[in-house]
Amino acid sequence: MSNYVEMWKDLGMDLENHDNLCAVLPVAFGDVYLSQENRPEGMGFWDFVVSEIHGIRPAELVEARKNGQKVFGTFCVYVPDEVVIAANGIVTGLCGGSQFWVPDGEKVLPKSTCPLIKASVGARLGKTCPFFRLADMYVGETTCDGKKKAWEILGEDVPMHIMDIPQMKRPEDIERWAGEIKKFAKVVEELTGNEITVEKLNEAIKTVNEKRKAMARVYEARKADKLPISGKDALLMSQIAFFDDPTRCAQMCNKLADELDKRIEDGVAVFPAGTKRILLTGTPLAIPNWKLHHIVETSGAAVVCEEMCTGTRYFENLVADDSKTLDEAYMALAQRYMKTNCACFTPNTGRIDDLLRLAKEYKVDGVIDVNLKFCCLYDTEGYNVEKAMKAAGIPVLGIETDYTDTDAEQLKTRVQAFVEMLG
Amino acid sequence: MKYAIGIDIGSTCAKAAVLDENKTVVFRLVQPTGWSSVDTAESLRKALCVAGFDPADHPVVATGYGRIAVPYAKKAITEITCHARGACRLFGLEDLTVIDIGGQDTKIIAVKDGLVQDFLMNDKCSAGTGRFLEVMANTLALRPGELCDLARLGGNTSISSMCTVFAESEVISLIGRGEKRENIAFAVVDSVVQKVVSQAGKLAEATGAVCLTGGLCQCDYVREALEKALGRTVTTCADGRFAGAVGAALSGLKL
Ligand code: SF4
Ligand code: SF4
Repeated sequence: MSNYVEMWKDLGMDLENHDNLCAVLPVAFGDVYLSQENRPEGMGFWDFVVSEIHGIRPAELVEARKNGQKVFGTFCVYVPDEVVIAANGIVTGLCGGSQFWVPDGEKVLPKSTCPLIKASVGARLGKTCPFFRLADMYVGETTCDGKKKAWEILGEDVPMHIMDIPQMKRPEDIERWAGEIKKFAKVVEELTGNEITVEKLNEAIKTVNEKRKAMARVYEARKADKLPISGKDALLMSQIAFFDDPTRCAQMCNKLADELDKRIEDGVAVFPAGTKRILLTGTPLAIPNWKLHHIVETSGAAVVCEEMCTGTRYFENLVADDSKTLDEAYMALAQRYMKTNCACFTPNTGRIDDLLRLAKEYKVDGVIDVNLKFCCLYDTEGYNVEKAMKAAGIPVLGIETDYTDTDAEQLKTRVQAFVEMLG
Repeated sequence: MKYAIGIDIGSTCAKAAVLDENKTVVFRLVQPTGWSSVDTAESLRKALCVAGFDPADHPVVATGYGRIAVPYAKKAITEITCHARGACRLFGLEDLTVIDIGGQDTKIIAVKDGLVQDFLMNDKCSAGTGRFLEVMANTLALRPGELCDLARLGGNTSISSMCTVFAESEVISLIGRGEKRENIAFAVVDSVVQKVVSQAGKLAEATGAVCLTGGLCQCDYVREALEKALGRTVTTCADGRFAGAVGAALSGLKL
């Protein structure tokens, strides 16, 4: 990463420790990503962003803040970006996906907390991620117990707003969520000093919808028999979408999708014919968590779809962009967001419907259901997921893992055995 | 006559099996894995040459956790697939449940029509594995085989901890309390069996005849205890510990 040292200093980062991260990330990226053959040219953009991950986008955010814009850090795909964008604010995802941050998180959290939470808290308290330093406000949610309690700890260090997410999806819950969005809008207006009007909100909705449609196009290309892009590359696109400017993200995804469409036309594939097609489902894969994709794609299979928050749950379903009043717009947002099927809800049968649909659309040979260690919700839901897949005749493999590499060999054996089992 | 060689490099033992074209096991060999899979593979190669089966002249398939460390293998296949294939051959069945209690891991494999339907492997910890039994046997100053034989004479004692490290302290405190050795041995085997049974319970497809393979299959008491706990007949066979190597060699015959 080039010369961002001054900026990092200004952001109050722990430079010495941060250097350690800067030293390992390029190696990991080289091993996992640059070793792939015949990658789409369009991936050059994301390769570049990763090579400057703690520099280029943070520098943009520093500039934006100088010009009076506010940055909101979020941890869940339920938090509506549109509201922030409508008030000329900026959203950045803040989920930590590296073991590097876990020890700092474990200083304040129980060991038996899921690594995503430990890494996120550790990235803030250890001062080793510029995005965590840059955000003017963190937006938490009442999803899982681990996160709820983590907000109380983070809240001592940084301004926090918590959105109360319903746990069921009855009509009254959707209405309540619309109310929460409205309250969030007030908080955003106060912090940014900008009023949210229905026109601005409709505009913001259009912007985010465009990003969703562009991402969906890339995923659409993964339904092709001859896969024009690896699962790893598609995952990288999804992971970075959480940090990037939404309009640029849409542009880049569209450009990539154009290239993939052309590849499909020309019959260009990145895997040999007969490669087994895997649908990955479960807990989110925050950047730089590429572990499972790498194992699958070096075991004679390809990941063709992620039914995850870093995947289809992020971009499926659009929001109506023609509301006449703010209340109507908040309701439109609530309706779209409540379609996201997360294990924090009960029941969550929508996720199983999604899986069965996606398995067909992406012509998958098998499903791998992964949950981060100590995520009780997804672990428990795994029972129903696996039961439903088996009932539908879809082979399924359940995996529990964390951010360390200690189980890599074991996982490889399991995944390879699963691929062998697919015939 | 055409031959194929299967190499199974497990965490504690490395096995080799040679099959002729009639799928008959004509040669078998087992040795400790030691600390280097590469060295083990080389010493197996030499032993095979001495026996008249130079790996350079026959197709070789490697399996087990050291499967990628066998430079002379044409192909590497996971132990799940190989154990399933090998067990089908050794037990002469097409539908079966394979329980393999290995050194570091325990596998349960549901096989139908000779194909793997589903499988489970224990997680990182060594509860319910041969390693667990070995550590406890050491603590009791016994060989694993002796521990199993002694267990038959004991009863009425249990170890509650699943973690090998904690279970070892439990065993030590049982010794300190003056508990009879056979009772402690009983508790150790019981702990392994309970863990395996609870794993097997998670595999709905595991319906066929239960066949025990792996290093522990020679301990008849383990087989009996499993039988009792599962409420199903558990069979084993003399070559049980070679199931992985036999399965690998079977795949080699097709190369
Ligand atoms: S898994 Fe659930 S809690 Fe986590 S980001 Fe997705 S919707 Fe939010
Ligand atoms: S993976 Fe599970 S435990 Fe971790 S933050 Fe998400 S819902 Fe919570």
